[in-house]
Amino acid sequence: MALLEVNDIHTYYGNIHALKGVSFEVDAGEIIALIGSNGAGKTTTLRTISGLMAPREGSVSYDGEEISRTRADLLVSKGISMVPEGRGVFAKLTIEENLDMGAYVRRGGDLKDDLKDAYALFPRLEERRKQFAGTLSGGEQQMLAIARALMSKPRLLLLDEPSMGLAPVLVDGVFETVQRIASEGVTILLVEQNAHMALQIADRGYVLQSGEIAISDTAANLQQNETVQKTYLGID
Amino acid sequence: MDHLRSPASRTVLTLGLLSGAFILFTGAVGMIAAFHEREVVDRFISLGQLTLLAAPFVTAYYSASRLREYGGDLRNVLIAGAGVGLLTALPSITLLLFNSDEFRVLLFLTLRLAPIVAASAIAWGRHRAGAETQTVIGIWLLVAILVGIVTYSFALIFEIKGDLRTVLVNIDRDWVEVITFENRNDLMRGIGTFGFVSVASGLAGSVLYLMPTVPRRALIYGLGITTLIGAFGETARLILQENVDRDTLREIFRRDTLRQNAALALFVISTAAGFLWALYGRQARERFGSIGAAPRRTLNRVGLVIFVAFMLMLPWLIGRTLSDVAVTIGIFVLMGLGLNIAIGLAGLLDLGYVTNYAVGAYFLAVLTSIGPLGLFKGTFTFWMVIPIALLAAMFAGFIFAVPVLRMRGDYLAIATLGFGEIIGKLAISDWLKPLIGGAQGVQAIPKPLLLGTELKNPEQLYYIVLVACLFCLFVSIRLNNSRTGRQWMAIREDEDVATAMGIDTARAKLLAFTLSAATGGVAGAIFAAKVGTVFPNSFTVFISINVLSLIIVGGIASNPGIVVGAIVLIGMPELLREFSEFRFLLYGALLILMMIKRPQGLIPSKIVSHEHSSGIKAKLAAAE
Repeated sequence: MALLEVNDIHTYYGNIHALKGVSFEVDAGEIIALIGSNGAGKTTTLRTISGLMAPREGSVSYDGEEISRTRADLLVSKGISMVPEGRGVFAKLTIEENLDMGAYVRRGGDLKDDLKDAYALFPRLEERRKQFAGTLSGGEQQMLAIARALMSKPRLLLLDEPSMGLAPVLVDGVFETVQRIASEGVTILLVEQNAHMALQIADRGYVLQSGEIAISDTAANLQQNETVQKTYLGID
Repeated sequence: MDHLRSPASRTVLTLGLLSGAFILFTGAVGMIAAFHEREVVDRFISLGQLTLLAAPFVTAYYSASRLREYGGDLRNVLIAGAGVGLLTALPSITLLLFNSDEFRVLLFLTLRLAPIVAASAIAWGRHRAGAETQTVIGIWLLVAILVGIVTYSFALIFEIKGDLRTVLVNIDRDWVEVITFENRNDLMRGIGTFGFVSVASGLAGSVLYLMPTVPRRALIYGLGITTLIGAFGETARLILQENVDRDTLREIFRRDTLRQNAALALFVISTAAGFLWALYGRQARERFGSIGAAPRRTLNRVGLVIFVAFMLMLPWLIGRTLSDVAVTIGIFVLMGLGLNIAIGLAGLLDLGYVTNYAVGAYFLAVLTSIGPLGLFKGTFTFWMVIPIALLAAMFAGFIFAVPVLRMRGDYLAIATLGFGEIIGKLAISDWLKPLIGGAQGVQAIPKPLLLGTELKNPEQLYYIVLVACLFCLFVSIRLNNSRTGRQWMAIREDEDVATAMGIDTARAKLLAFTLSAATGGVAGAIFAAKVGTVFPNSFTVFISINVLSLIIVGGIASNPGIVVGAIVLIGMPELLREFSEFRFLLYGALLILMMIKRPQGLIPSKIVSHEHSSGIKAKLAAAE
């Protein structure tokens, strides 16, 4: 059984029909890439899964449980963690406080080991743990956002455009990290405009086009797909 | 002409004319004349004269510091000081001439010639810039007609009324009397004196700047303290009254005015103290900075003990009138700490805070009153009602929070503003009149009893407020570093992301509103007991705005800042009472000045101060 099953969801912004029946599934341990151009509905899909928006029709099931009507904050303790678009670090909290917030749902318990893990993954953050997150560079903020999302010990990590606004050198680093996280057993749903990078690390991929899944295939096949090459990879 | 265009002379011109405009304006609104009534030092200098002296003095000092940046030498600085003095006097001298019988013709000439001069100047400028003749003539005509319409209508008004005084009502004999330094009958001599004093004072300002650091700082301390105590003589006297016997007091003050000898002594002492501080202050601070952690902890503890002792003795040090002010300040500190939970920590802009204050006040009033509206005629005491008022306010906060949970930012502010209005209307309504008395309010609220004594003086009520404030301060500080506080800060930063962290934002916001309301209820109850009557018009939107302002002036999300903000914002109008009807003009001006000079608040929280000091640095780092 799939860890996450999205079944024919329709989501609206007021009267705007943003998702017109999106269905896909994510198996445990996979890296799934959701690619598409601006306004295709990628972020809306993530927001719907994470509970920040409710679908008008359709269902989302996680670990066999229907979650499309469950409040976002409750999903975090069920093991779904999101790295929001534009990183969304708490600029006026320090790095360590940000990480603490990531573990908000874990009442009690010792965070020391988890902090150690986070700093092992991103040594840069340890150097600056007492600094305000707003003073970090874009790449460091992205690292912090990912580390923070991991603090809740998720089974499923939703990543929204982790490469946005980063220098190419840093983008490589971010995707390497994502691969490393996946190798530790965290299932990853990755939304990206940078289809090239996303498909390199993903197992399977879905192409989203004006609110609908247009193509679905393994990442390797998608990289060879003519339409994908033309539209998203810039290869003629 | 060219050296007038240098940045240095521009600075002098701008600053000088600014201070001239200030003197002209304060004169035209009647401040100078009104301040002349109030003497700073007995039979020596009045507040009005002090204003005339201080403007060129301070401006010259400031312009000297700017000139030094441009590399001006000694001569330049002195000339600039005199220039600032002259420029300060100039607008008022012009007005004086225009206003005099002999030179009234000047006013009419100016009004008649102004359009031609203005048009020619602008047209000439265009011509020099290389515009075509036709355009230049067109511009000349246009400006002449536009300016002409204004000046000719002014001229018309003056001719009908015959006098400047009918337009500028405060440009009267009293004003002339002050501004000519009591040479009203000899205009030329008056103008000369005024100009001379102004120039001398400007020169003195620049000389002060040129002095070596130590005597300069000593003099600034001396002058500052003497003028402050002189200007706030009434307050100073009230404080001294409590601690000094009558004869000594009479030696120092004549009514509310410092006597000359006392002023001189004060000046000498404060200058000497300033001198010592300027000499050894840095050393002392360095030595304090270098002592070890253990002795420092003892020192801190000693400081804390002294502070607590001071707070406990305060009412006996400052007397009844100021204790009353202290109680009001305390009530606002309570509200400030409460509202800060919503605004400072959770970022919820609540403009209806007066609701909680009103609920607390009315609960105490109705439950304890021994008047006709009292429900229980004295069965309930103050102490029993305080927790009830607190819970009632929390309940009100909760109820009002439910409908606005989904709102954010400006929309939330408007909705909460509406709630404040609803409470005001309810309090005055006929519907609730049988219960809370409508416009007549509730009367005969007994004072709190403690161990059989009635706490009826502000000196005694002060302790209730003090305990309440300390308790709230403690809770507030603990909240700042708690999981709950952290969750509010996350919501303030980004509500969606906070949700994505697993925070139940609805619950957190409800909690913020409810807790925030609690102190408002206690503040209202104490207020009701202090005043003894509760009227609906005590609960206007201005309470909410005042509380919000004291948080912003003090420093948002900063506990010490809120205390200082309340002292400044609530205490200042009381101190400024001495400036009679110009009190709120000055109050407004000071608020504007404060927000320009310290937008982060008087004691900013670490987050805000960090933002202001390194905001640019952070942006640069992020851009790399």
